[in-house]
Amino acid sequence: MSHIKKKQGPGWGAVAGVAAFLALVILLENLSALLPSVPRVLMPTSQLFTVLKKGAVYSLVVVSMNLLNGFTGLFSLGQAGFMLLGAYTYAILTVPVDQKDTVYYLFGGSAVKFSLQDTFALLFGSAGVGGAVSMVLGVLVGLILAGLVAAGFAYLIGLPVLRLKSDYLAIATLGFAEILRAVFQWQPLGPITNGANMLKNFPTFSDFNIENASGQVVLRLSAFIPMLIAAVCIGIIVLLINSSYGRAFKAIREDEVAAEAMGINLARHKMLSFCISSFFAGVGGGLFAMYTANAQAKVFTSTMTYELLLIVVIGGIGSVSGSVMATFLYVACSEWWLRFLDSELAFAAPAAPGRLAFIAVFAAAVIAAAFLAIRAIRRREGHTLRQEAPVWAVAILLLGWLVYFVISGSLQLPLLRNGFRMVVFSIIIMIVVLFFRQGIMGDRELPEAMRAFRRRMSARRGDKKEGTK
Amino acid sequence: MSERANVLHVEHVTMQFGGVVAMNDLSMEVNEGEIVALIGPNGAGKTTAFNCITGVYEPTNGKIDFCGQPLVENYPQGRMEKAYLGENKGMYTHRLAPTPDRITHRGIARTFQNIRLFGALTVFENVLIAKHMRAKQNFLSAAFRLNAREEARMRAEAMELLKEQGLDHLADETASSLPYGLQRRLEIARALATSPKLLLLDEPAAGMNPQETQELTDFIREIRDKYHLTVLMIEHHMDLVMQISDRIYVLDFGKLIAEGTPEVISNDQRVIDAYLGVADDAEN
Amino acid sequence: MEFFISTLLFGISVGGQYALIAIGYTMVYGILRLINFAHGDVFMVAGLMGIYLTSGLTPYLPPAAVIPASLVLVLVLTVALGFCIERVAYKPLRSAPRMSVMISAIGVSYLLQNTATYVTGGQPMTYPTLPFLGETVTIAGTPIKWVVILTPFLVVALVIVLTQLINHTKIGMAMRAVAKDFETSQLMGIKINQVISATFIIGSALAAVGSMLYFTNYPSITPTAGAMPGLKAFVAAVFGGIGSIPGAVIGAFLIGICENLVKSTQFTVFSDAITFALLIVILVFKPTGLFGEKATDKV
Repeated sequence: MSHIKKKQGPGWGAVAGVAAFLALVILLENLSALLPSVPRVLMPTSQLFTVLKKGAVYSLVVVSMNLLNGFTGLFSLGQAGFMLLGAYTYAILTVPVDQKDTVYYLFGGSAVKFSLQDTFALLFGSAGVGGAVSMVLGVLVGLILAGLVAAGFAYLIGLPVLRLKSDYLAIATLGFAEILRAVFQWQPLGPITNGANMLKNFPTFSDFNIENASGQVVLRLSAFIPMLIAAVCIGIIVLLINSSYGRAFKAIREDEVAAEAMGINLARHKMLSFCISSFFAGVGGGLFAMYTANAQAKVFTSTMTYELLLIVVIGGIGSVSGSVMATFLYVACSEWWLRFLDSELAFAAPAAPGRLAFIAVFAAAVIAAAFLAIRAIRRREGHTLRQEAPVWAVAILLLGWLVYFVISGSLQLPLLRNGFRMVVFSIIIMIVVLFFRQGIMGDRELPEAMRAFRRRMSARRGDKKEGTK
Repeated sequence: MSERANVLHVEHVTMQFGGVVAMNDLSMEVNEGEIVALIGPNGAGKTTAFNCITGVYEPTNGKIDFCGQPLVENYPQGRMEKAYLGENKGMYTHRLAPTPDRITHRGIARTFQNIRLFGALTVFENVLIAKHMRAKQNFLSAAFRLNAREEARMRAEAMELLKEQGLDHLADETASSLPYGLQRRLEIARALATSPKLLLLDEPAAGMNPQETQELTDFIREIRDKYHLTVLMIEHHMDLVMQISDRIYVLDFGKLIAEGTPEVISNDQRVIDAYLGVADDAEN
Repeated sequence: MEFFISTLLFGISVGGQYALIAIGYTMVYGILRLINFAHGDVFMVAGLMGIYLTSGLTPYLPPAAVIPASLVLVLVLTVALGFCIERVAYKPLRSAPRMSVMISAIGVSYLLQNTATYVTGGQPMTYPTLPFLGETVTIAGTPIKWVVILTPFLVVALVIVLTQLINHTKIGMAMRAVAKDFETSQLMGIKINQVISATFIIGSALAAVGSMLYFTNYPSITPTAGAMPGLKAFVAAVFGGIGSIPGAVIGAFLIGICENLVKSTQFTVFSDAITFALLIVILVFKPTGLFGEKATDKV
């Protein structure tokens, strides 16, 4: 009977966890105002909050991509295109009426004569609480419309394209994204899209910070809001994945022929998955516009889609929690933790704490990565020493360089200059792709993985007790 | 034989792949409650016949009725007409080709020769998926859990079926981790979960030892009676076929070469030739 | 009219350059069923190598020998790069699902682009002017670079050599066999890895030649300069029927011409988009391309 009543997917525990995390975000954001002095990392300008905002936006898009690629088995590379649609829809509809002439100055104003928040302001008033309400409503409706436009477009594209097999589907969706990018840069559409210029001055995350009458920020919400929106959207995706429809998607991923023989209408379910994924990519695009405070077609390139796909792979194809973790890791690495690789490091003295820390962290990272890689190789059947050789070579090379660095006492790190961060980063990605194909989570979810881990730990403890007896 | 309602009526069905005729002018009947076997040497077109009936392939020519209603119809048009040589040439140009899911919906379920379970999903989920098509829900009601009663009903039915099939203790196992015999069993359970009238079994006894085959014989009879099924199966195990079938159709090189009761078939010279090869082959 | 002719000539020449890249895509796809997303970036790296080698060799060689020597070196190094990419990034995944290999290809593409950004500092680099090819000639009143005129002939010559190679040598026969049936040819004793390496070597060599011609036309190289020509070349390969070399070449010429015709109108923004529009049209109406073989799935 347990299966009949069994709850579908994560329960209230997960919801409470997310809520607690969101509360923590609010606290972190406002700590600098509450306490007389805080470490630099908690200042409002800290990279931490950039990571939280961008991570929230990206994780929604990555999860939406995982819904399609990981759960339905449709290899689509159109995500950047749907983000573009979302970003533009949101931006076009929310540039305030009094800003239109500034934004669209090349085209003598916009063809879209209204903006959502100004329309709501007619209802609620534009000052004080009424203004806030109409701003929030405008943003929310804008984001939902962003999603709907992307989903509607996905429907039109899906009609011809979803019949294609794996890699043809990938290239066709990629092509659609490229076409969209061209259309949105076309000058004759300028009065709507502002041509090749960016759209700006629409509400962004920082507009959600609550200010008092003198314009001072009382309560910062600029990182909390994107987190909240992303959490709600991802929550909906998780609910869907754990529903009857989610099972049908997984069946299609596992075996299309068998799924069809089980009465699942392939065309309809693929289309559904494609549109839902695009809806959330569109919402994500709107959020992305809010994050960057502008919308510009040339940003949404195929490279962006590749980046999203690589995050999906790092997190584990078919794992929502993996995708979210991978996104925050990825964003934190690229925006924050690996920043130091982009400029020449000069430590003041051989024993400077920064230098020692660097040596320790670097050595530990190399050794740990090599250890994991070699273990992964040895687990494979029929592995040979030759397969291990590249790992050994790279590890020894890196450690040798470190030893040279220690011995020579050189205070400057060679190789470090603009762009090195991304090189290191792509090498890490290649290592994940080649040696840890499962990614962080494989196709499991966090609670499941934690349960398995606890079971293994207790089993190991049990073994030890047996041994001591 | 008493008058029983016709369940499956296959009329002049031909399947060509380019110039290769995989199945040539097959006509057959399956009546309610019967167990009918489709036999023949490898490559005789048996699985092709299944694929035509279940909509995986669209036949080049012919007509299939299910329970007196047209299911699949295709009479050659255009280029295909020139290639087609059957006796109905040029008589009709008509096409009815539903996708496999529509056919499953109508009440035909099948298993596959090389087991096609949803490997990464659990045993329970494998069966539960079959309930999806008849559930009254849409993606919004499912996502926001407004279909709780429907979901509970699906789960209860799926669990019930697993119990009846003696697979309930394995409900949480991953399908691909099951031993071979149980995977076959699960595939049949999954097919039953679509509530079919007609069950197509593609080599259900493949890879089984004589004792397991014997158990399978009883099992097929049992499910036929319990779920009021009609069974059409492809099988190579002759003892199983001879024991269980009401009637047998024999295919060779895509053509029907014999049909009848097990006694008739086991004495038919053409069948023996098809299986053992004809003596004059040796002259070449 | 003059304008039309020069547009057409330019289109044919760009098409020829796409063709050289497209052959690499189509051969790899024919054998491994892999869209080698990194191929366009190999092409870009070949271009960058041309720049760095010419400036690097200048102090050591007489001026007349610099360019030929560096072009030969570019060819050798590009081939080596293609070979290494296959060995490091694709070979370990031979038994993995196809999606993993494609992701690995995307990863390699990402790595090459980022490395190029690092090395060049993200600035556009200028390709050296090749003697003769880079010089202009005036035909019917329009100045045209020699490369524009010579590319189609060179491409046709190379394609003829390649088809001879594939139809009349042992390795060519092995390639055809592997393309037809991967598993069976393995059982027949064909050394799969050699064949695949050979495919990558040929593809990279043609990409290197393509880079010399293409960047003489468009001398500015950015780290993403390979992505677009790469995608277009792949589209050309699909257009002609993936796995078919003549198909890829014809597809590439068509795409080159279309693109340049669009460029000459007021719809310049759509010069890239038109390629993808063509792709989608062909995928919808004839998914196997102009010369592709139909494959049926086994149930």
